[in-house]
Amino acid sequence: MRATVTARPLVTGPTPGRAAVVLAGGGLMVLAAGALALALGTVGIGPLDALGIVGRRIGLPVDGAWAPSTETIVWEIRLPRVLTGMVVGAGLGASGAVFQALFRNPMADPYIIGTASGASLGAVGALVLPTLAPALAAAGGGPLGTGLVQASAFAGALATVGLVYALARSGSGVPVVTLLLTGYAVSAVLAAIVALLIFLSGRALAAVVAWIMGSLAGASWGELGLAGALVTAAVVLLLLRWRRLNLLLLGESQAAHLGLGVEREKLVLTMLAALATSAAVAVAGTIGFVGLVAPHLVRLAVGPDHRLLLPASALLGAALLTLADAGARLAGGIPVGVVTALIGAPFFLWLLRRSSAVRPRAEP
Amino acid sequence: MSAAIRADGLRFAFPAGSPARSVLRGVDLALDRGELVALVGPNGSGKTTLLRLLTGLLRPDAGRISIFGRPLERWSRAELARRVAVLPQSLELPPGFRVAELVEMARAPHARRLFGATPEDRDAVERALLEADATALADRRAGALSGGERQRVLVAMSLAQEPDLLLLDEPTIHLDLAHAVGVLRAVEALRSRRGVAVLAVVHDLALASTFAARVAVLHEGRIVADGPPQRVLLPSLIGRVFGVSVEEATTRDGRRVLVPLVAGGALPRPVAVGDE
Repeated sequence: MRATVTARPLVTGPTPGRAAVVLAGGGLMVLAAGALALALGTVGIGPLDALGIVGRRIGLPVDGAWAPSTETIVWEIRLPRVLTGMVVGAGLGASGAVFQALFRNPMADPYIIGTASGASLGAVGALVLPTLAPALAAAGGGPLGTGLVQASAFAGALATVGLVYALARSGSGVPVVTLLLTGYAVSAVLAAIVALLIFLSGRALAAVVAWIMGSLAGASWGELGLAGALVTAAVVLLLLRWRRLNLLLLGESQAAHLGLGVEREKLVLTMLAALATSAAVAVAGTIGFVGLVAPHLVRLAVGPDHRLLLPASALLGAALLTLADAGARLAGGIPVGVVTALIGAPFFLWLLRRSSAVRPRAEP
Repeated sequence: MSAAIRADGLRFAFPAGSPARSVLRGVDLALDRGELVALVGPNGSGKTTLLRLLTGLLRPDAGRISIFGRPLERWSRAELARRVAVLPQSLELPPGFRVAELVEMARAPHARRLFGATPEDRDAVERALLEADATALADRRAGALSGGERQRVLVAMSLAQEPDLLLLDEPTIHLDLAHAVGVLRAVEALRSRRGVAVLAVVHDLALASTFAARVAVLHEGRIVADGPPQRVLLPSLIGRVFGVSVEEATTRDGRRVLVPLVAGGALPRPVAVGDE
């Protein structure tokens, strides 16, 4: 009953040492996954050779001699794809962590309020409409390029989140339950339109299906730069808001009592996470499970503090998607979304059963 | 000097404006700095609604609230959180956090470091844990706390915020008698040492009259009595407000207590009303 004063200093958060270990461990994991993914493929290249080639290209003093064709394969073909996978995985992992905090629900994923269906409508529309209306394609100067598909997917995702958010507003605020349900309803409508477009897609069908399943096959340096900049900016801005994310875990009323302008914060967090998700989806299609599993695993391993949860989810998402894409290439170029779902979903089921005794309770 | 908090003519109905579900029908209440007031009243009398209005979570249909002399609507959330702490009736603590981390979260209004806590933050956390008798819980995970332990953590969080005004919604709920007394002692010490104003919803009339020099009784949306416990908690008022007959008795050391008369002869629970 009587209080005892602890002898050792009070630990009120992750120590710098622990943070360094977690983040360095995550970084190494991403690097190892990247080296492995660079090495794997129809042309066998050693992981160290692959790292050496990349090292020399970015100006590091690396000794070694490689055939020009090997360098080309690593630098021009595999590296953009590997880095794109990392960017997409990081964006999905970090935004998954944010949506799970926002909804106080570990079942939330980055697509929960319509980014996936909005991006699908944008991309599929851009793929299918030119085949339905040849005049449109001609006006655009021939077959519409991947750039337009991606821009259209990005715009579709962001516009859908904006629409869902506006529709969910009631009175002075946006209740998260309404946001969630509105997201489902709007997604259902958009999915129906996408289904109609698929039905009408004709010769664009293969491209449509490949996009929806998610693929990194089209990765190139140009779009990597844009997506990378957007995802990095969003994740850094989200990380700076770690304290607010933690406060939201106490519930909105208590977060307000602790000084948070809750409605404004929900909007800012939603838009930043939607930005990261939209950039990821635009270049890679709708890849499932990474954004759900990565933050979930990280929470089990390092706890719910967003100072570590957010960057570690980004790193784990990057590593997981890099490995999944290497697997997809090895399996003969199947869509990476198939791999993440085939491995991710059973793994998630296992995790759910294992941790059901200590699963965090969702907000009533 | 302006009051710590002052409410004038507060009216509130669910949903807004409907007279049928009127919860508060004109509440006037003011607390000076350094005053501890126990707010009592039966279930459904509007106590929690009143607290939610006072903390700006709900808007009154009519009436005015000012805190430290400034109208509530002119405070930003961040400013308010540096002066006012609220202990809610129920709060789901996120299970993965350790207790020390949760109590440190309550330092958010005073945060000055981008990624960590200052030495002052750590001192405040340590003091709050000690005062709420929660130091031994510091390394425990929130998901592994009992109801009483959780309540002490909530109390520690509101103390760590170092407020000038403390609004407590049933701070002693889930606590055994020893811890209930401990928590109220800690709150009373804050009041006497640092001049913190405290408004506490308390269900236990005996505890309320022991720790509060002033008791306000909320009944059917109005404050029907407000003053020292021995003048407020009279058998007639308790009978009218709570619907329970009580009898006055005097203990051997001369203190006046009220004993509920419960049919069936269950153990009566005396209500101390001071030593007049």
